[in-house]
Amino acid sequence: MDKYGLYVPKLAPRKEYFAPGHRACVGCGEMLAVRQVCKALGRETIVINSTGCIEIVSSLFPQTTWEVPWMHTLFENAAAVASGVESAIKVMQRKGKYRDKKVNILAMGGDGATADIGLQALSGAFERGHDLLYVCFDNEAYMNTGIQRSSSTPYGAVTTTSPTGKKSIGQQTQKKNLPAIAVAHNIDYVATASPAYPFDLMDKVKKGVNTKGPAYIQVFSPCPTGWRSPGELSVALARLVVETGVFPLFEVVKGKYKMSMEFEKLRSIKDYMKPQGRFRHLTEDDIDTIQARVIEEYNKLKEKAYGQ
Amino acid sequence: MAKKVGTEVSFAAAEAIKLANADVIAAYPITPQTHIVEKLSEYVADGDLDAEYICVESEHSAMSACCGSSATGARTFTATAGQGLELMHEVLTIPASSRLPMVAAICNRALSGPLSVWGDHSDMMGVRDTGWVQIVAENGQEVHDLLISAFKIAEHKDVMFPVMVHMDGFHLTHVIESIIIMDQEEVDKFLPPFNYDHKLDPDSPVSVGTYGPPHIYPEIKKAQEVALTNSKETIKKIWKEWGDMFGRHYNPVETYKSDDAETILVTMGSFSETATLAIDKMRAEGKKVGLIRLRLWRPFPFAELRDAAKSADNMVVLDRAISYGGPAGPLCSEIRSAFYQMKKRPQVVSFIGGLGGRDIAPEEFEEMITKGVEIAKNGSENEYEMLGVRE
Repeated sequence: MDKYGLYVPKLAPRKEYFAPGHRACVGCGEMLAVRQVCKALGRETIVINSTGCIEIVSSLFPQTTWEVPWMHTLFENAAAVASGVESAIKVMQRKGKYRDKKVNILAMGGDGATADIGLQALSGAFERGHDLLYVCFDNEAYMNTGIQRSSSTPYGAVTTTSPTGKKSIGQQTQKKNLPAIAVAHNIDYVATASPAYPFDLMDKVKKGVNTKGPAYIQVFSPCPTGWRSPGELSVALARLVVETGVFPLFEVVKGKYKMSMEFEKLRSIKDYMKPQGRFRHLTEDDIDTIQARVIEEYNKLKEKAYGQ
Repeated sequence: MAKKVGTEVSFAAAEAIKLANADVIAAYPITPQTHIVEKLSEYVADGDLDAEYICVESEHSAMSACCGSSATGARTFTATAGQGLELMHEVLTIPASSRLPMVAAICNRALSGPLSVWGDHSDMMGVRDTGWVQIVAENGQEVHDLLISAFKIAEHKDVMFPVMVHMDGFHLTHVIESIIIMDQEEVDKFLPPFNYDHKLDPDSPVSVGTYGPPHIYPEIKKAQEVALTNSKETIKKIWKEWGDMFGRHYNPVETYKSDDAETILVTMGSFSETATLAIDKMRAEGKKVGLIRLRLWRPFPFAELRDAAKSADNMVVLDRAISYGGPAGPLCSEIRSAFYQMKKRPQVVSFIGGLGGRDIAPEEFEEMITKGVEIAKNGSENEYEMLGVRE
């Protein structure tokens, strides 16, 4: 283990582009993921950030966490702002007015900014084929504004706008399948990733940004505050979500699905749900229903990867 | 050499953007500005303009892309109108506060509902407080000249604000006029290349659009307000340079036979030319009337306006927009407030007309002035008069 401790840090660059000292909650899985994404992208990067937790905790004037050029404008338009940056660099490089070196363009936002209010701008950027990577940090609700449901909130989860009640189980709809929406745009690279698997995540970020044209990665981002889970369990939850098949890791390269990791037997979703307050109200029957749905979705995904 | 041609005003607008050598154009088609961006996409397709033309999926994304482009240091242009400007509204405050220079051609249009593609000033008044420089053109020549000079204004180190050049939908955009189209060499002499100091560049990282809590927000807003107010002097200087170089002079407030006028009509935009016919006729009848036209809407030219109207006892103001449930038309309200603190101040009477593309004929301007003088003398129960509306 000691040797492993010496070896592992050598696998990732030491330099931080998302510097320490930001104001995120203890145990924030999202910031861990942002840090990994930034490590993978390196210095030659411009970040376009939508409004949300990441923007708020990293840019309180006059301080900044960002060691790379960073721009925030609004909630729903990161993909459109990034389209403008990409086009500007393209034309100015052509005219000899900008450094003649590849610049990685990262547009990013939370699940609300991506799946709900920013879906149109995202679709536009994909359709136009801008050379950029969009990363959605999916913590499964509007956390920054106080834990309201988004279309990426899973069935049964409690949020402040999907409360439980005599007539409500919590979130009553199924999680929107954003990777499939991205794939439907015929873009060349789509993937899911989790910060519990940092090398897989960083590898996917590099592949995504080196893909010509748009690429999309959805990164699972545990939120102890919003999920009412202990902060020290964030990495464990980011691993359990994969091992239970709730958030499988896969890649879609030029339309071809490929599982990133496989398990002989998926763990019970109870292992993943139990430590989270947002699922605590669910009955055994509810959990059985959700378990069946997870298996069904997982098999559908495997069918896409392996065919019939 | 500049040459005089008969052309649609929208094409003269597009020609101005080509001459300014814009790097990035992001636009969504909406009548009545569509001809401008159609022409620009032709220029790009033919290689006559080396630019990136982003066919965005909405005006919201058009303005968003423009913010990204300008922050990267590219000369940036968009055009829109009416509902499109409304959809942009949320994004408009961003380039103004982040000091991202860009130029937008706004082809003024009424707002729904009912649906009206025709012109008035409702859209322009709706975005009044977003922090842009707003310039209003009267005719095709002004559209061409003011668009080119707008880049110099926007990108000037003492300004660094986005600039809207307003032109009336259809009454200007779709008419064919005789316009002097500038020569590339002349434009290059007038307009220096855009050199943005804080561009997004990995060699010198900056954070743009950071989060401003209460301990700093008011200071940032005050700085923005002072900078916009101060930009007026630079705008005047740049228009003077234009006038000195090309012989066509532009001022924040234009006057027509107003020096000794007892009653002054105030207008903005393309209806002003029609109004001069009424002024000429009434002058010939010995009436002391004149016209003031505001070219600069933001920053508001208080001093120039007060100076231009110093002889007036009455001011009759035409608005092409309603402030629903409010005191008068928006232009009139501002003119009243500009004079309220003055010791000698004119009576200011509000008329609203020309809504949703409804024309105003010279004789109606005459009636407006006559009725305005009467109201100034005897007062009225109404906060404003609606022109030519069937009841």
